[in-house]
Amino acid sequence: MKTNWKLCLLIFWEFFKIGPVTFGGGYAVIPMIEHQMVRKKNWLSREEATDVFALAGSVPGAVAINSAMFIGQRLAGVFGAVAAMTGMMFPTFLFVMILSILFYVFQGNPYVEAAFIGIRPAIVALIVYAGIRIYRTAVFDKSTMTIAVMLLLALLIIHFHPLAVILCGGLAGISIMIMKKKLGLAVNLEKKQPKAKKEGGLDRAG
Amino acid sequence: MLVELFFVFFIIGAVSFGGGYAMIPVIEAEAEGRGWLTTSEFTNVIAVAGMSPGPIATNSATVVGYHVAGIAGAVVSATAMTLPSFLTIFIIASVYNKFSQHSLIKAAFYGLRPAVASLIIYAAIKFAASNGIFTWNISAEAALTVFLFLLSLAALMYFRLHPALVLILSGIAGVFLFY
Repeated sequence: MKTNWKLCLLIFWEFFKIGPVTFGGGYAVIPMIEHQMVRKKNWLSREEATDVFALAGSVPGAVAINSAMFIGQRLAGVFGAVAAMTGMMFPTFLFVMILSILFYVFQGNPYVEAAFIGIRPAIVALIVYAGIRIYRTAVFDKSTMTIAVMLLLALLIIHFHPLAVILCGGLAGISIMIMKKKLGLAVNLEKKQPKAKKEGGLDRAG
Repeated sequence: MLVELFFVFFIIGAVSFGGGYAMIPVIEAEAEGRGWLTTSEFTNVIAVAGMSPGPIATNSATVVGYHVAGIAGAVVSATAMTLPSFLTIFIIASVYNKFSQHSLIKAAFYGLRPAVASLIIYAAIKFAASNGIFTWNISAEAALTVFLFLLSLAALMYFRLHPALVLILSGIAGVFLFY
């Protein structure tokens, strides 16, 4: 495939514009990407967009960046994906860098110190809220409850490494499915969503 | 050092399933285990990462990278964090949309989601403990900390305020309350 540089540049620019609005995690950006790609640019059909988002959620990494890379790849191959990725990451990367530099410059400042004392409990709240959201979608039967409780205890009591927890979760999911199939039990691998709420996976925690 | 940063964040990038918050304890375990940061420094990292646009896991990697090895460290960490997704996408692009419908993938996610939930709850407990939310200490500062926590949680859950906005507002509150 001949690389279409002009298209790559266009892809870069489109995602460059979306990048800075990705405050607060990927799932907030999905409607934005859909709007730009499907309605404005006609780069994807609605069905393709739904597939892209489902896929972007099932590979590692941030959903927003993954969606961008998938779309870039479909439009213009490897360089399209690179263009989409850099477009998406560049503005946010700059923002984080500048904020980090400012933070380290003003670290000793008593106002900044006081602000960060105030921010800490808010960070805890942010994580608690993320936990509540994902718990609601992830834990919906006895097996998922067992996995969540066992792994939490393993983390708290025997200081299981977080990487091992992710590995165990994936393996447990596969083993439970195989066991249930062998026992002839019904296999239901996803939480049943109420009909009214079908907004293309938007309800998953970000 | 840059090689070590690359290696650590490449591995974390490869297992970043289920939204960035699950990666907080993973990054913390690696960064503190290697002596890059202390727990309280790590809380500041999350604060900076959370106030910026973009995914919190990638942002945290960028800030940790900057803390450890300056701008080069930040670039290496952010790249290493995204590279596994990039590579996976090229492998998957050939099978395209059947991938997420595959029963093995679905089964893996059936177990991954509660695992991710346990990681985030663990991060919440750890952060709450290290930031004075669980405390028997009856001082004005401890009470204000707990109050700010509850207020922030209510702002997120019931008033649906934007996370970055909640952080900025609590920063402003911090200046008034703790200065």
